[in-house]
Amino acid sequence: MSKKPKQKKEFKSNDFLIALSAVVLGLIAGAVLMAAIGSNPFEGFLYLFRGGLMNIERIGNTLATATTLMLVGLSVAFAFKTGLFNIGASGQMLVGGLCATLVAHHVFLPRPLYLVVLILSALLGGALWGVIPGFLKAKFNVHEVVATIMMNWIAYWSVYYFVPAYLKGPSLETESASIAVTQSLRTEWLTKMFHGSYVNLGIFVAIVAVIIVKFILDKTTLGFELKAVGSNRFCAEYAGIKVNRNVVVSMMIAGGLAGLAGLTFYTGYARNMQIGVMPSQGFDGIAVALLGASNPVGVLFSSLFFGMLQSGKGFMNAMTSVPPEIADTIIATIIYFTATSVLFKKFWDGVARKMTIRREKEVAAQEAQDAKDAQTVAGRLAEPSSGPDVSLHPSRESIGPVSGGTDGKEVK
Amino acid sequence: MWHIITMVFPYAIAYTIPMLVTALGGLYSERSGVTNLGLEGLMLVGYFASAITIKFTESVSYAAALPLGLLAAVIAGALFSLLHAFASINLKADQVISGTAINMLASALTVYLARTIAGSGNVRIMMGIVRKNIPVLSKIPVLGPLFFSQSYWSTWVCLLIWALSWILLYKTSFGLRLRACGEHPSAVASAGISVHAMRYFGVIMSGALAGLGGGVILITYSGEFNGSVAGLGFLSIAALIFGQWKPLGILGATFFFGIATTIANVSQVIPQLGVVPPVLFKVFPYVVTLLALVAFSKKSAAPKASGEPF
Repeated sequence: MSKKPKQKKEFKSNDFLIALSAVVLGLIAGAVLMAAIGSNPFEGFLYLFRGGLMNIERIGNTLATATTLMLVGLSVAFAFKTGLFNIGASGQMLVGGLCATLVAHHVFLPRPLYLVVLILSALLGGALWGVIPGFLKAKFNVHEVVATIMMNWIAYWSVYYFVPAYLKGPSLETESASIAVTQSLRTEWLTKMFHGSYVNLGIFVAIVAVIIVKFILDKTTLGFELKAVGSNRFCAEYAGIKVNRNVVVSMMIAGGLAGLAGLTFYTGYARNMQIGVMPSQGFDGIAVALLGASNPVGVLFSSLFFGMLQSGKGFMNAMTSVPPEIADTIIATIIYFTATSVLFKKFWDGVARKMTIRREKEVAAQEAQDAKDAQTVAGRLAEPSSGPDVSLHPSRESIGPVSGGTDGKEVK
Repeated sequence: MWHIITMVFPYAIAYTIPMLVTALGGLYSERSGVTNLGLEGLMLVGYFASAITIKFTESVSYAAALPLGLLAAVIAGALFSLLHAFASINLKADQVISGTAINMLASALTVYLARTIAGSGNVRIMMGIVRKNIPVLSKIPVLGPLFFSQSYWSTWVCLLIWALSWILLYKTSFGLRLRACGEHPSAVASAGISVHAMRYFGVIMSGALAGLGGGVILITYSGEFNGSVAGLGFLSIAALIFGQWKPLGILGATFFFGIATTIANVSQVIPQLGVVPPVLFKVFPYVVTLLALVAFSKKSAAPKASGEPF
């Protein structure tokens, strides 16, 4: 009996297993959709992955796509840790990107200093957009989901009217003027290294952000307080942690991270802002955070995976008849399955229980066998005249009726 | 000025109606205790379903195509909302994440299917509803030109649905039970009524009505499926909150938002309205919703058990 808890620990479903199940089911759903329109799913996936990883340039593009997703994923994950759902990463991206674009158009400084100003502008823009819902939550108990959604659309319409008025491009009304390559995050050596891909300095910003967020969460008092508020805000309050202050700080940092995502997207991956587009990365980031189990390192890897899906879809569309939206469908399906992860949890726990029971049965059978052997040995020692045949007979008889009984029950 | 108002008013109503039915759908869902952030996606599904249905039937019979399209929108929205219902009612999933997944899935899947079925991400229909003056009523002074001129028949269908929903939710015992599910589900359960069934009804109604909203966009002012309803679903959620989760409230809120949107849209064409920058009208609904949330934060009218699994 003492072995039971040990075995349970061994087989318990964990976050990684659940996330993996969601991904596998998402990919299966994608395969079913491809098959439904008469395409070969294997071919489709082959081209999807090849499109993301085929050569150095495409790997660079995957990294560039993953950069934005990594920062948005970090933003969502950071808020998750404090028990907040930052669904407003899109709006924070837009504002951060807008600030960065403004700086790129108007500020001319030596490169290192310029980069610092550029990064800070996006960070502050995003943080501003994040801190407002945080403040409303802390002060007035306005649900952050509703508040961030409203902030998304305020940002959307602000950009919609701001860009044509102040940053109008030469040709199109619907996008801002392109910034000079020298004012963007792209650098020559990185572009050359990846054979002219979109990869840019943003990848380093993202990786540094992963390290800093991990450090904040794991090694600082602030991180401890944020996590405490996330796991039980009443308990945290009782322990003397200022819950409201932590909510505001968490949303501010989450907003800042999403603002950096806007920076890498609008002044790195792209070099202008299109109006009338809510950046879908803001929502893809939710998938990244969920799949990465809100862990900075998990976010790093899951953003690479989603980056590959997003960056390979164009190639797949060119080579097969599968529309590129398959990648977004797969991501959405993965989010849905993560939300319904209780299904997999039940499934894997069920599997674990079955395995435990089987183990226990085996152990019990083994113990019974041992006991029987011991008995037999003891019996033989006590009564040498009654051989092993006699002692075995009753046990055989007892097995017979019992198995018959269970058969009867099953028929019923 | 009067001329401008009579010119703009029908557009304001046209913008209001899809929001009204969608917010009404949100009302059913929230009142039954399920938060539905997937309204945008459900609208999109209806938008798409009606476009495809009309595209393939309009050559056979133009008269039948439009109602058929709306019916398809309702059915598609209802079916799609089952995903949300299953996740949030049976599996007790996080309703915010599930709703977000619905939005993303809808925006990807509809374009995916449109490209496959219609060959392009945009599906255009030949003709929407023809606007008509209502015979006698449009001759009434003041009210006639405002409400009964140049109106779509779908507007009256939607207003009828709104009125019937009000009666259903507030004047029948069924409505009382549904609303109780959003306030105190265990009380409903102890009276021997299935909370799960009531919540399924609420979510399916939200899907059906949001789908209808999407269909109405198509056959009134849009005429083309283009893969996005441009945040109208979220605007409906804002209207639901600003209207304090009440039928009359959402009628007022959606109309208010509809006028603001219309003014912003036509301000470039009509110089008299261009004094105020249009961006203010566009962000106005979201800002007032935030302000309403702040103002009512002490005494929220939101269903108490909304968003909580039972």
